[in-house]
Amino acid sequence: MAAIEIQGLEKVYRTGFFSHKLKRGLMPLTLSVEEGEVFGCLGPNGAGKTTTLKLLLGLVFPTSGTATILGRPLGDIEVKRHIGYLPEQPYFYDHLTAVELLDYYARLSGVDARERKRKVERALSRVGMSDAARTQLRKFSKGMLQRVGIAQAIVHDPKLLLLDEPMSGLDPIGRREVRDLVQQLNEEGKTVFFSTHILSDAETLCDRVAVLNKGELKGVGVVADLLREKLGEVEVVFSGAQAVAELSSLGALCHATGDVVRALLPERSLEPVLAALRKNQARLISVTPVQATLEDYFLERVGDESPTKPNEVKA
Amino acid sequence: MTGRLWAIAYNTFREAVRDRVLYNLVLFALLIVGASIIFGQVSIEINRIVLINLGLTAISLFGIVIAIFIGIGLVSKEIDKKTLYTVLAARPVRRREFIAGKFLGLVMTLTVNALLMSVGFFAAVLYVSHGLGRGDLQLVTAIYFILLEFVLITALALLFSTFSTPVFSSIFAFAIFAIGSFAEDLRSFASMATGAAHLVISTAAYMVPNFAALNVVSQVAHGTPVEPKLILLNSLYVLVYTAAVLTASVWIFERRNLK
Repeated sequence: MAAIEIQGLEKVYRTGFFSHKLKRGLMPLTLSVEEGEVFGCLGPNGAGKTTTLKLLLGLVFPTSGTATILGRPLGDIEVKRHIGYLPEQPYFYDHLTAVELLDYYARLSGVDARERKRKVERALSRVGMSDAARTQLRKFSKGMLQRVGIAQAIVHDPKLLLLDEPMSGLDPIGRREVRDLVQQLNEEGKTVFFSTHILSDAETLCDRVAVLNKGELKGVGVVADLLREKLGEVEVVFSGAQAVAELSSLGALCHATGDVVRALLPERSLEPVLAALRKNQARLISVTPVQATLEDYFLERVGDESPTKPNEVKA
Repeated sequence: MTGRLWAIAYNTFREAVRDRVLYNLVLFALLIVGASIIFGQVSIEINRIVLINLGLTAISLFGIVIAIFIGIGLVSKEIDKKTLYTVLAARPVRRREFIAGKFLGLVMTLTVNALLMSVGFFAAVLYVSHGLGRGDLQLVTAIYFILLEFVLITALALLFSTFSTPVFSSIFAFAIFAIGSFAEDLRSFASMATGAAHLVISTAAYMVPNFAALNVVSQVAHGTPVEPKLILLNSLYVLVYTAAVLTASVWIFERRNLK
């Protein structure tokens, strides 16, 4: 069963109280997220990622289209017991301590009173916030708030996690920890749908990705397939700077660090290059086919379209 | 549903307490003690009338100001600070439960505040009168009516909060409280008007909340008893009016895109 099934979901906003100008937040979107997968929604700022999440969660109402979450239609309140959500740049009740905040959310999610304390402590421990559990949130840094945000999303042990820019505001160590946590949660059987504009995070975590730009779906793909795609280039690493001149004449782009040289060349030039290395008595270290990155896929889909100007439609 | 409602109400109450809303009690205490000492120099009877007028008016005004200033932010502040996203998006909380919880939380805050003030107020009355009699039960009725005022103004402030900015909401709320305090005069004026003016003014007079009917401060200060019928009618009036205002709040909020 699909965890999320979106059919032609569209959102058009009216801008201003008296204005008849309309802004399209999301063009009709059709997408499916399977149970148990980590799905990344990629796109520059203003691409429609947050609008998609808000539509799914009932914070904004669709202009047209439908969707189901865990088999239940949009607006079904009971399905929310099984959803965890981290908003972009989360804000919380800063008069509460981390424990009080999570207890409040667990209570709202219907977590049994006997289990609440244990679940709150476990969620805080999983995001490394046990030491600050009894500190008021108004004293927290941005990174600490982000961690508490993740803790509140998992405190009620949901089946589906919707995370809006989960790595934002975190330092490199924090990002690594959150990546590991998302992987662990996925291994526990949870479906994760997250939006990001940090491609390396998506490349590491996602089974599949969708690329959005200016409210429009530009492509969907399995990350492993995208990364297997070869670009018809190879990288040759060798020791022996004396061979650089001959390799350059064969069309290789060489970059030397001390005696070690990295040469990027078309696959068809590999045989002549290897012969030239032998001739110049250079020591071959490695030959690696150059694979596509998610960035290549992303740039190909988004192209050079300006990501900033929102779509305006006539009333 | 009751658990979620209570959780939201208690969180609203806790927020108000931690944001030091109850500090107004200190100001109230100073006012009452000061008034008791100053007017203590005059005769006991006048001192008592002034103290009751001053004490009950202070309980009412302090509460109204708190109700409006917190009430106008109950929803709009949560939208601006995006704190309600994590409540409404991924918790089984209906928007109407959110509205009801916020309303109950603020009413709870105002009630606790008013009850604490009332303790100080009765202590002051006891001090200047050298005892409390059966007639002083009228003071309890006056405090009950003040609580009804809070219920009404909280509902109105919450309504404005669902669609307007805090600045406009506070203007609307204070204006409606001021107009409602003269509701009886407005009704008398309507009865004198004729034709279309009569219709318009009558409609407006009966639409605005009748805060005048809830103000029996002067009456109880002079020892005039409050009729039981008025207690019943005021209770029913506030119940129906509040229910209508909250229904309107829910209707607006349930249709609002939380961008």
